[in-house]
Amino acid sequence: MSKDFGSEAPLSKIAVSKAHGEDSPYFAGWKAYEENPYDAVDNPNGVIQMGLAENQLSFDLLEEYLEQHPEASSWGSGMSSFRENALFQDYHGLQTFREAMASFMEKIRGGRSKFDPNRIVLTAGATAANELLTFILADPGDALLVPTPYYPGFLRDLQWRTGVTIFPVHCHSSNGFQLTLASLESAYADAKASNFNVKGLLITNPCNPLGTAASLSLLQDIILFISDKNIHLISDEIYFGCAFSSTNLFSISDLDQIHIVYSLSKDLGLPGFRVGALYSYNDRVVKTARRMSSFSLVSSQTQKLLAFMLSDEEFTVNYIKKNRERLRERYELVVEGLKEAGIECLKGEAGLFCWVNMEELMDDKTQEGELRLWKVIVDELKLNISPGSSCCCSEPGWFRICFANMSRETLEVALRRLKDFAHKKTKNIYLC
Amino acid sequence: MARGIGLEAPLSKMANSNAHGEESPYFAGWKAYNENPYDPKENPTGVIQMGLAENQVSFDLLENYLEEHPEAYNWGSGPSSFRENALFQDYHGLQTFRKAMASFMEKIRSGRAKFDPDRIVLTAGATATNELLTFILADPGDALLVPTPYYPGFDRDLRWRTGVSIIPIPCHSSNSFQLTLQSLETAFANAEALNLKVKALLITNPSNPLGISSPRSLLEDILNFINTKKIHLISDEIYSGSVFSSNDFVSVAEIVEDRIHINSKQVHIVYSLSKDLGLPGFRVGALYSYNDKVVKTARRMSSFSRVSSQTQKMLSFMLSDEEFTLKYIKTNRKRLKERHSRIVDELRNSGIDCLKGNAGLFCWVNLGEFLEQKSTEGELKLWKVIVDEVKLNISPGSSCHCSEAGWFRVCFANMSQETLEVALRRLREFAEKIRATKKIS
Repeated sequence: MSKDFGSEAPLSKIAVSKAHGEDSPYFAGWKAYEENPYDAVDNPNGVIQMGLAENQLSFDLLEEYLEQHPEASSWGSGMSSFRENALFQDYHGLQTFREAMASFMEKIRGGRSKFDPNRIVLTAGATAANELLTFILADPGDALLVPTPYYPGFLRDLQWRTGVTIFPVHCHSSNGFQLTLASLESAYADAKASNFNVKGLLITNPCNPLGTAASLSLLQDIILFISDKNIHLISDEIYFGCAFSSTNLFSISDLDQIHIVYSLSKDLGLPGFRVGALYSYNDRVVKTARRMSSFSLVSSQTQKLLAFMLSDEEFTVNYIKKNRERLRERYELVVEGLKEAGIECLKGEAGLFCWVNMEELMDDKTQEGELRLWKVIVDELKLNISPGSSCCCSEPGWFRICFANMSRETLEVALRRLKDFAHKKTKNIYLC
Repeated sequence: MARGIGLEAPLSKMANSNAHGEESPYFAGWKAYNENPYDPKENPTGVIQMGLAENQVSFDLLENYLEEHPEAYNWGSGPSSFRENALFQDYHGLQTFRKAMASFMEKIRSGRAKFDPDRIVLTAGATATNELLTFILADPGDALLVPTPYYPGFDRDLRWRTGVSIIPIPCHSSNSFQLTLQSLETAFANAEALNLKVKALLITNPSNPLGISSPRSLLEDILNFINTKKIHLISDEIYSGSVFSSNDFVSVAEIVEDRIHINSKQVHIVYSLSKDLGLPGFRVGALYSYNDKVVKTARRMSSFSRVSSQTQKMLSFMLSDEEFTLKYIKTNRKRLKERHSRIVDELRNSGIDCLKGNAGLFCWVNLGEFLEQKSTEGELKLWKVIVDEVKLNISPGSSCHCSEAGWFRVCFANMSQETLEVALRRLREFAEKIRATKKIS
């Protein structure tokens, strides 16, 4: 049917590059799940998806709210507001929505920070916000420092179309994978020695995949570091509302060089609605980002619904509290289950996942060994978990296991499979 | 509140450049409107916005549909539940929605072309689609050929973050601003002489700001041209539903599959629901490509600009309704044609010439006789007078890179009939005043 045309108009370098990052095991594992998805009744031997950081624990609260407030989703009688809403394409975004977002961001920080709605730039997801910030802060060929292990999607978001390079700041299990001033200084020096122009540091706080939060002293060190080097700081705080620790978490404070990325995909569990935001203390960044957001605006229909919901004080305070409690319960369940399997995990404070050490289950403690173990876990245990190498972790053997994207029953099935596997493995070790 | 610490960490070249294009009079005019917007009761001497190509003539049809079908935006149970919808972030987009888009695009073309839903990539608006395609087809430093006059936003969409440049192909009033094979060949040769690598030709069909659709013979010429030169064709068809007579519109989609000597892998169509359905706020754009690798890459790249699943769900419902969509397309066309006829008649009565258009939400109007000098400066002087004194925000042709001074784009579908009449009256009075002044001097 298709003729052979010999050579054809070429595509761009960006189009043919692999910098989209989708060949990573991180995404490959999703495929394994999609081809054979677990279902308690229809496919009990299927793959359980533990590689997708979704928050499914608090939908009932959202659904109940929407049932009680149909005005949020509809346009009322006379429908004249449909026209207004459908026409609204101002890249400032709905004022009421920005106010509601600012208020929500303040509440999840226990009121310890204030957010000015006029500094919020809306984008279609944090994916868009991170890329947009990179375009604004760095030129092609420049570098951003990013502590490892990090979210695999950063390879695409920070590098693919921007031409900017991620320069890793390696963190180690010896101190619980904490970022230190020493490692920042060392990475910065290495970057310079490799002729990279470092334009910024990106931290994820709370961290994906570690589930840990930055201490106050670390944040203070970071502020000194970025001021000294005269570079920007991007603080990706999309998991801030998923903090389940009993102590308060700290968010970065204000400076012209500080930009916060937020999203409703994790805290509210709404990845499909594409709601991200950039908060910057730098006026020029806000202005430029707003212009650039033309490429990734949030649907005004969605802004309207969420403005309604997030303006409801009572609802949001209750949601934040219950969501946290449920995440903590899940986390404790997973830690318990892993302990029974003899698997150690990093002490987490936040997030939708655990960072676990499966070194003991590996044949040889190398990256190849880790990927071999990963294949066994996906293909035989039928659990899609994410190998640390896909997060650029410097030590083999660590895996990210998501726990908030399934029912409690499914999680128990998954933990049981892990326990059986771990016990079999150790039994084999004793036998040989 | 923000503490600066001595020297400020610099921003990128991109952030500092003017390539966002917002200094253009095209956007400056919107400001004038925003500061002093016309309202028949509250502000009858305010500025009337005629510089925004929105389609407000058919909202009642959409509103009636939604009133009769609240399931479209409510949350049911199972697959239509809130949970399922809110979790759905697959960059393929909802299957039902892609099918509905494909069907809608086919109906607009009266079934003369078929669209495979699996070749549709959804994006948050045609703004995103055009930029995404540029990233995929061209490297920084490469060039796209674009006939003038063109939509001012292209300067931002095609160039700002991509680093790609636009080579304009000037079109002239002498042949009604039609693109010709000759001008394509000349522009391409000039680019080669300057060592610029042309990677694609972008046409807007029907054209913004001209309001005319490309004849079949031109499209055939274009397809042969891109085939020979081995460059891509981007056909921005976001106004396809606004062609007043359905038989007037020919899409490349109708031709490309029949012409087996043309490499269809070089052909890509841009679409959006912002103009035809009048829903710019909902951010619904699409790319249709005959090239598998482009579809795959575009889908991946659409991660940066996806359509809210809440919106996909509602529109999937609406656009799957055969009866509704056929009626909408027909009625919308009819109303746009009526508006267009009204404005053309009034302009003619005012002795003002406009290009004979057959599509779009605007007219391409010749105000050359009112210029003090036939130059860009003269045009901008006239524009200032029209915004500041006549209080009409219309768009000067220079902001669309038109090669001839004196042409303006005047939108007619983004206001009520009554407001349009007020605007036309102001224009007529202005024309009469200038002519009277000229007679005296």
